[in-house]
Amino acid sequence: MKTVTLEIDGKQVTAEEGMTLLQAANQVGIAIPTLCHDERLKPAGVCRICTVEISRGDWKRMVASCVYPVEEGLKVTTDNEHIRKIRRMLVELMWPAWTRVDKDLEPAHPRFDSGHPDCNMCGLCIRYCRQVLKKDVLYWEGRGVDRHLAYVPGMGKECVTCRQCFSLCTGGWIVACHGYDEEQPAK
Amino acid sequence: MTRITSARELAELRQKLAAERDKTKRWVMVCSGTGCVACKATEVSAAFVAEMKQQGVPETTRLRNTGCYGFCERGPVIVIQPDNICYLGVTKKDVPEIVKQTLLENQVIERLLFKDEDKKGIAKFAEIPFYKYQNRVLLDANTQLDPKSIEDYIAIGGYSALCKALFEMKPDGIVEEMKRANLRGRGGGGFSAGRKWETTRKAPGDVKYVIVNGDEGDPGAYMDRSILEGNPHSVLEGLIIGGFAIGANQGFIYVRQEYPLAVEHVRQALHRAREHGLLGENILGSGFSFDVTVHCGAGAFVSGESSALMTAIEGRVGQPRPKYIRTSVKGIWERPSCLNNVETWANVPLIINQGVDWFRSMGTENSKGTKVFSLVGKVQNSGLVEVPMGITLRDIVFKIGGGIRNGRKFKAVQSGGPSGGFLPESLLDLKVDFDELTKNGSMMGSGGLIVMDDDSCIVDTTKFYIKFLAHEACGQCVPCREGLRQALKILEAMTTGTAKAGDIELLEELCDVLTNASLCALGTSAANPVLSGIKHFRAEYEAHVNEHRCPALVCRDLVHYAIDPQKCTGCLLCKKQCPTDAILGERKQVHVIDYDKCIKCGNCLNACPKKFGAVSKAPGAYPQNYRPPVPAAAAGAEVRP
Ligand SMILES: Cc1cc2nc3c(=O)[nH]c(=O)nc-3n(C[C@H](O)[C@H](O)[C@H](O)COP(=O)(O)O)c2cc1C
Ligand code: SF4
Ligand code: FES
Ligand code: FES
Repeated sequence: MKTVTLEIDGKQVTAEEGMTLLQAANQVGIAIPTLCHDERLKPAGVCRICTVEISRGDWKRMVASCVYPVEEGLKVTTDNEHIRKIRRMLVELMWPAWTRVDKDLEPAHPRFDSGHPDCNMCGLCIRYCRQVLKKDVLYWEGRGVDRHLAYVPGMGKECVTCRQCFSLCTGGWIVACHGYDEEQPAK
Repeated sequence: MTRITSARELAELRQKLAAERDKTKRWVMVCSGTGCVACKATEVSAAFVAEMKQQGVPETTRLRNTGCYGFCERGPVIVIQPDNICYLGVTKKDVPEIVKQTLLENQVIERLLFKDEDKKGIAKFAEIPFYKYQNRVLLDANTQLDPKSIEDYIAIGGYSALCKALFEMKPDGIVEEMKRANLRGRGGGGFSAGRKWETTRKAPGDVKYVIVNGDEGDPGAYMDRSILEGNPHSVLEGLIIGGFAIGANQGFIYVRQEYPLAVEHVRQALHRAREHGLLGENILGSGFSFDVTVHCGAGAFVSGESSALMTAIEGRVGQPRPKYIRTSVKGIWERPSCLNNVETWANVPLIINQGVDWFRSMGTENSKGTKVFSLVGKVQNSGLVEVPMGITLRDIVFKIGGGIRNGRKFKAVQSGGPSGGFLPESLLDLKVDFDELTKNGSMMGSGGLIVMDDDSCIVDTTKFYIKFLAHEACGQCVPCREGLRQALKILEAMTTGTAKAGDIELLEELCDVLTNASLCALGTSAANPVLSGIKHFRAEYEAHVNEHRCPALVCRDLVHYAIDPQKCTGCLLCKKQCPTDAILGERKQVHVIDYDKCIKCGNCLNACPKKFGAVSKAPGAYPQNYRPPVPAAAAGAEVRP
């Protein structure tokens, strides 16, 4: 296995090629907050909570560490004021659907109303259902700001007995819907 | 048609076709692009055929239905060659006259010409200011050929660049030439096409793809449509050359479904090229095989993003992938895939044929060649314009566009589509190229240029773009979906008078997250209209937020109507037009608006005779808890019975 060496928060880290920045950081005990990430699933890179800063000389940018692959000589900063500002704003934008966060990321006075207080659209349930259980009971309906989770018509009852993704749910929507009835959609 | 099996046979065919073309002494070119067809160009064309026959026009005069001339707003466009006479807005009824006077008696019909500022007609196509200041290296062919005819394309030199590439150049050499030309992608980011080709060429894998991005989702932009529709073979030729250089045997042309004529012409071009042996197995006997599939896209704006488009070609819902491995290395079905915009591909045959030095002679240091813009909005002449990179905004708006309509004042240009930025008057001398636009908070995007006059509100326009983006994004990532949701809410509050102090700063905070944390370029560029608006028109934002006033008088909730008691004669005209009976006062009494009832339809303003001019529209909402005064006798009541 080929390895690459990079610098994470000032530490020289050796990682296997193909690893993500998140994996490489975790491996040396550097924690990065995540929401839509689960080791059993293909990374989706949608919540952006795991945003870190990468740089090479003068060039720098923000990337999602759960999808960005390790690169030789890359410098990674997993925490600074700007990163924190971004993470706080992301939490606030989802608030109160995701509250299991560090005190430091909690908004003092949440200013927004997303209109869906129990779903972060992290997609953990849908991906678990599709990739691990191979059931495909859920799908994304609508796009842009109208995007939301929905049951494939006729499949809702499946969840009542299965319930395997419930522990993954970050907002509570799927759990609240578990008595899903086709006649009376929960949402 | 027999297949052409060598470069020599193609050259012979070209000679034959060109000789045939030369027999025609005069051409009546009828634009048959989407714009002109919408203005009944098909009818005009049919009328010409019938009328020319009936009036006995000699056979050396022929008619050709061509692609878009770019001046669609004045369509149908007719150009008579070689006389170079251009008639605009031609109807079926004008045809007998044109045939008789122009074709038979060589007289120009003044009425159908373009009129300059002094209302004088300009007969010559090339002299019309809209065309005079352009440099139409790509679009010129649109006016010389029937897009359905491969013969026309071959006659004017079509597929000679392919011959040159296949028989006189090596794939590596072509890539080198493309890198040296520094042709930058015309579809958005302006990435070097040559470098992208090189990445895909060098990427590991036997199966590679080349793709044309013809999704063109920007509202108001149609340059790609015009090229695909008016000269599909040029894009195809570029694509085949790209396939050869990169080592791909399969190409895709992604066209949006809303472009039926483009789809039809592309399909036909593929069919005709295959018949002629220019596509398929062993092209022109070179040993290189290549074929192309058309993919019709019906997705949202975001489907034009590279990884989303590739996902759609794979047959799944087109949404961007969070991959940091470039699509040029892992694209369609994880195979190296080189995606370029329609206009980028159409440049390729020109560069191969006319040389890198020719191409580099146009443009600026780091943006070479020309760019097609879709110039729309409040300009006198709107349409598709092709100009060398580095031309100033001022030249585009005032020389080509003829300045602002209705004698109003220039306010800003919004460039680059919904996620481009506003460029105010102080930037009119900006030299338009990739880097200058980006440096000034906007972008080239695909080349939309929307001109705004002082009748347009920056906040309201921004709201329109953010709304568009919020609904046309895929919605998978939090910063873009939720950030745009909140930005839209704030902009809505600003335009309806419910914004709070600090909202401008909150917008800026949201923009920072959008720009830095979004998954794809839709989100990372979505802040442009907001930030450039705040930067250049901060006073306008502040008026909306702090004083609930819309200085441009656009936001309905932030304007009011007033009747000047000194000017009102109590004539009742406005009162009669008011749908909600919000105007108090009898004949010869000063009319007063009851603010509680007024719905701000503006009927009273239109109804008040110009000579009185008593009603006005002004920034700011009506005061709350206001009681209208009891109508008093009008000042001029005695003298004007
Ligand atoms: C939201 C979004 C929409 C896009 N739409 C288009 C489009 O309609 N046409 C296009 O050519 N490129 C579009 N692009 C740019 C493509 O992702 C890609 O960069 C381009 O097609 C590459 O070709 P080029 O290098 O020749 O410009 C879009 C990008 C984004 C982020
Ligand atoms: S930035 Fe917007 S369009 Fe792009 S992936 Fe995220 S949600 Fe989708
Ligand atoms: S954890 Fe990386 S984007 Fe969600
Ligand atoms: S369609 Fe005729 S000028 Fe554009």
